[in-house]
Amino acid sequence: MAAAQPAQRGSEAVAGGPQALMSVRGLGIRFKTSHGVWQATRKIDFDIAPGERVGIVGESGCGKTITGLSILRLLPNNLAGLDGSIHFDGTDLASCSTREMRAIRGRRIAMIFQEPMSALDPVFTVGHQIAETLRVHTGVTKEEARERTLDMLRRVGIASPERRIDDYPHQLSGGMRQRVMIAAALICGPQLLIADEPTTALDVTVQAQILELLRDLSETSNTALMLITHDLGVVAETCTRMITMYAGEVIEDAAVDDALVRPLHPYTSGLLRSLPHLSPRHGKLPSIPGRVPSIMDMPNGCRFKARCAHAVAGCEMEQALLDAGNGRKVRCWRFRELDLPGALQHAATAPIAAMVASP
Amino acid sequence: MTPQAADSAIVSVRDLQVGFQTTDRRAIVKAVDGVSFDVRRGETFGIIGESGSGKTTIGRALVFLLKPSGGAILHNGLDPLAMPRQQFQNHRRDYQIIFQDPNAALNPRMTILSSVLEPLELARAGSKAERLQRAHEAMDRVGLPQDLGERYPHQLSGGQKQRVVIARALTLRPKLIVCDEVVAALDMSIRGDVLNLFAELQRDLGLTYVFITHDLAVVSHISERIAVMYLGRFVELGPTEKVSERPLHPYTQALLSAEPRPLPSTMRGNNRIVLQGEIPSPIDPPSGCRFRTRCQYAQAVCAEKTPDWRELMPDHWVACHFADRPNFSPS
Repeated sequence: MAAAQPAQRGSEAVAGGPQALMSVRGLGIRFKTSHGVWQATRKIDFDIAPGERVGIVGESGCGKTITGLSILRLLPNNLAGLDGSIHFDGTDLASCSTREMRAIRGRRIAMIFQEPMSALDPVFTVGHQIAETLRVHTGVTKEEARERTLDMLRRVGIASPERRIDDYPHQLSGGMRQRVMIAAALICGPQLLIADEPTTALDVTVQAQILELLRDLSETSNTALMLITHDLGVVAETCTRMITMYAGEVIEDAAVDDALVRPLHPYTSGLLRSLPHLSPRHGKLPSIPGRVPSIMDMPNGCRFKARCAHAVAGCEMEQALLDAGNGRKVRCWRFRELDLPGALQHAATAPIAAMVASP
Repeated sequence: MTPQAADSAIVSVRDLQVGFQTTDRRAIVKAVDGVSFDVRRGETFGIIGESGSGKTTIGRALVFLLKPSGGAILHNGLDPLAMPRQQFQNHRRDYQIIFQDPNAALNPRMTILSSVLEPLELARAGSKAERLQRAHEAMDRVGLPQDLGERYPHQLSGGQKQRVVIARALTLRPKLIVCDEVVAALDMSIRGDVLNLFAELQRDLGLTYVFITHDLAVVSHISERIAVMYLGRFVELGPTEKVSERPLHPYTQALLSAEPRPLPSTMRGNNRIVLQGEIPSPIDPPSGCRFRTRCQYAQAVCAEKTPDWRELMPDHWVACHFADRPNFSPS
């Protein structure tokens, strides 16, 4: 391990400051399957401050969705165990009672999903579904609930909400359905909104509208946003901090701009380099060789080492999420000696980047 | 008769129309409504558009999986629909298509090798040994180890499955492949590999691609020319550098500016055009210019008159009344 600097601490020592809205520590999720118990994620540590917008990025199977679901304890029946703690505003969500959880879910922490059509009930009007959340949690009158639903629909940018409130989900377009989902999620004024790939099913022009809406709502109402996505562009446009996951672990946690300009983990750097946005046109795209290790057969130590160009003897040692200063963390013991390329190295030759850079 | 096609054109499309009847049989949805273009031999022709723009319909029509309701599609100057049945079947081998989801394209109960062999068997190409040889060559070509042939699709990763589908399309040695969202279902780190493979195959085998996608970064990386589609029509067509750096149509400009960029905030700029609303229904498209309902520059004339398809700059076409006005593009 690199020189013992006083600032360098193990992951356990990095406690959530008094300002954290949510502190996740040592979160691990295990599932029972016919092949034994699988460890889907482990040692997940991160904090979210009030009003902060954090992106959780990674490829399919890295555990980002299950991490989001575990915060709301929306986990499948074959759960074998939930390790660690999720401290949210004084309550440990990993160990609190079902009743306590129910009071938090939908009211103080809300979630929206990728496919609004499967999250909305086709036999109820959208107004009914938005107001339901409010009535369950606050017991306001029907009239007041309708009034506040109309107001919320207006805030999420639905034109003539008086007409739309009595529509059924199938009468709305994809973008409008996602606005309805956001309205339902925010109607109780939650402190944290978890959005799992909220724009993946939408067209790029509609995606831009929804991302702008999420950013604005988070800013005006000081709602923290945990945005789960595979799209680094979406994170760059929406979030202030980026947490990268790989094979069930957090491997990097940094301010978005820092992570994009100078990634500290070889995987983050590899992901950035593989994006066509940042590569010269028609040139060969850099890629990460190999594939993600199987959940049934995770290697010891660094889980990325088999695909890593910088792997050396020592990488098979257990890797801690190290403090890299300036609030950055990285799960790579070599981070001080590596100088990894980020988005900027390529931007000069990149077609789209060049267009935007010129004012 | 059919119009003249340029010599270099492997595919010539003239005033293509493809309509579908709605389920209540009351209306016709014109998914593609009057599109003309040539695909040049050996190039990658990108078609970009949002859902409902008609890009997939064009792709299917190009290989005659759908019958055009109007206009003409010529392959190498010939009209395949005018060919006798047997000749048409033989002709089709040269024009292949690959779809987005390899899971849906591969039969889960067939081994990888039998999937790759199937087109050769249907075409009764060569002897059994020759077919096997060609299937192995194709797998080799896309970087799949031969022992994978004995496996089933569920035992492969997403990237490997897409390679199988590519190998299968290659077995009949096509001249052109329509690629419909072929990397959309793949993870970022594998996407580059598959795009590199497409480029390598093109170089080595002289293939022509029609690359259909909603992903701007992908299409501008791989294509020589890009067509931008909106509600059944092309709004712009030109060399990739021109379309992606100096777009002429307001829709292209909006599309480019809406693309989320993985760049630090200092490099992203603030010149985003956020379009209002969503793409209108193709059952009842707006009169005149179809984009006018969402266009920030729309004038009265845009509702009255359909804009001409004009070659405003060499090889760079656009359908907009105002595309040649100075100060038109947003600064």
